[in-house]
Amino acid sequence: MNILAAEAGDTTARTITIALFLAFVAVTLGITIWASRQTKSATDFYAGGRSFTGFQNGMAIGGDYMSAASFLGIAGLIALYGYDGFLYSIGFLVAWLVALLLVAELMRNSGKYTMADVLAFRMRQKPVRTAAAVSTITVSIFYLLAQMVGAGALVALLLGIRPGQTFLGMDAGTAKVATIILVGALMIIYVTVGGMKGTTYVQIVKAFLLMGGALVMSVLVFAAYKFNLSALLGDAAQSSGKGDAFLRPGQRYGVEAEGDALKTFYSKMDLLSLGIALVLGTAGLPHILIRFYTVPTAKTARKSVLWAIGIIGTFYLLTLALGFGAAALVGSANITAQDRAGNTAAPQLAEALGIRYLGGDLGGATLLAIIAAVAFATILAVVAGLTLASSSSLAHDFYANVLKGGQTSERQEVNVARISAVGIGAVSIVLAIFAQNLNVAFLVALAFAVAASGNLPAILYSLFWKRFTTAGAVAAIYGGLGMAVLLVFFSPVVSGAETAMFKNADWQWFPLSNPGIISIPFGFLCGWLGTILSKEPASEEQYAELEVRALTGAGAH
Amino acid sequence: MSTDTPVDPVPDRYREVQRSAEFVGLRKALRGFVFPMTAAFFLWYALYVILSAYARGFMGVKLIGNINVALVFGLLQFVSTFAIAWLYARYADKNLDPVSDRLRAQVEAGAARSDAARSDAARSDAATSDTATGSEAVK
Repeated sequence: MNILAAEAGDTTARTITIALFLAFVAVTLGITIWASRQTKSATDFYAGGRSFTGFQNGMAIGGDYMSAASFLGIAGLIALYGYDGFLYSIGFLVAWLVALLLVAELMRNSGKYTMADVLAFRMRQKPVRTAAAVSTITVSIFYLLAQMVGAGALVALLLGIRPGQTFLGMDAGTAKVATIILVGALMIIYVTVGGMKGTTYVQIVKAFLLMGGALVMSVLVFAAYKFNLSALLGDAAQSSGKGDAFLRPGQRYGVEAEGDALKTFYSKMDLLSLGIALVLGTAGLPHILIRFYTVPTAKTARKSVLWAIGIIGTFYLLTLALGFGAAALVGSANITAQDRAGNTAAPQLAEALGIRYLGGDLGGATLLAIIAAVAFATILAVVAGLTLASSSSLAHDFYANVLKGGQTSERQEVNVARISAVGIGAVSIVLAIFAQNLNVAFLVALAFAVAASGNLPAILYSLFWKRFTTAGAVAAIYGGLGMAVLLVFFSPVVSGAETAMFKNADWQWFPLSNPGIISIPFGFLCGWLGTILSKEPASEEQYAELEVRALTGAGAH
Repeated sequence: MSTDTPVDPVPDRYREVQRSAEFVGLRKALRGFVFPMTAAFFLWYALYVILSAYARGFMGVKLIGNINVALVFGLLQFVSTFAIAWLYARYADKNLDPVSDRLRAQVEAGAARSDAARSDAARSDAATSDTATGSEAVK
């Protein structure tokens, strides 16, 4: 039952998808233009005037955080590999406790616009801000590339364009490139015109759409099984062809290689490594961290994280229904026929549910179209957040504080941020077009690993360790970032494997796909060594100021 | 860099506050909650990941119908995350916010006073330690 291939359904679905997508673009562009009129100062541009409520920012955090990797990726993983996909959901949620308990409020109180404001607070500005800008841009570009390449592939799949077919006169290849350019152009407009205010509202709208879509689908899935979870799981396990093993860990991660103890060991280490990077990466992602600056006080920052935990937690619970629902109602053969990685499981589930509940093929096409449009909205909101984070860091950290030594006007700085957003957007478009046929899904996991290995140690030491020095901060960031990138470069995700980015080359020697288990401790070690070996002592006065401000909110921006 | 070095002859207001009993209590109240709680949820999560990797037989034990230990363990991670978030919110409301509000008012009032007295020679030394970031704090 390959419904996407059915000609009539195809046309209807395409028309509805495009109409809904255009509606989303029109609404968000309208909001962006409105936001641009409210954006006058640098604080407006970088931090949305710090005027958002806890609930608004909580929704925006959800919109910023729940990427296509969450929505399409996790649903697809569960649909194809069963229980293992759920590991991602859990790691992505538990991670928020690090942000809530250790980072959000203290960062809100002591920083201004970027992650580096906190890292450089009591350090020499130039080296620390340079390191933070390098890391921010690296993490954001990795993440951006994965999202944009994903968007291109998704369009070809969701619009049902396969090799040989055309859509609006475009074949699959052209449609992919056109999508990447369109997504890139939109994110540049959101950020340059709307700044943080516009971006935030785009993320809020997207969060509502995503939650609504996921809720409706989950209710329909459960209704199909009379709200009996056990029956749903049983059916999913049966149609997967793997039986009970489908409901246990081990189909995808930590796979046991029969008779090869070393391979089994590496595979299990890889699972632990992934688990650690997921839980420690979130609180080091620059595009997430700058969201804490959009609220007026630390208490509101706390409230927004609480809302975010509620929203994100609910969503990840629903991934169970989406993933197992797709396994049971669509079936893995139909999913892999559409996309080998399973990224179309959620849209295909929508179609199956629509046919079942909304009256045949037209209902199927309609629900598919709605969910496809939600997926595009999801990608757009995330890439806008990433572009904003990297252009803010380039302008505020590198241009204003490193190049100009802090001697610029607000106006100049914001102009540079806007130009940076155009530049970063353009670079991402070009890179994504080059990478479009490579397997770059690992870039999201790499972004988390870099954030956990470089940024998180620097942030935690800055906030909690009196003796931490400039040398320590620089060592932690470059050490963690460098080690994570180095290990991934020599890992099986880049070369030396069937699924590698360059599958015809082989310079692989590091056995794990996820570097976190080595690179995260290494980042913490570098920060510690850099500090105890540095000649200049930490300034007690400046630590006193940072600590008092962070804990009390005195003098907060 | 130990705290028992002679007191700086020009103590700035942040160091004064940092040494006050009330601030020391606030720091203790914050760290006393967030550090153990972080250790607890991290170990709890690590246990879950390690069991997923190494105890598949146990994780596969069926409890009710097709619902097995792995699923319940996973759902318990959601429950513990929500519970810790709720506990922290309650704790912060009760034990952290009142103290930090009081201290903030103190610092900002003190800052305003020392700014007003900036021209006063007798008090000028208290203000000279204002760094670039420090003077921004009173905006």
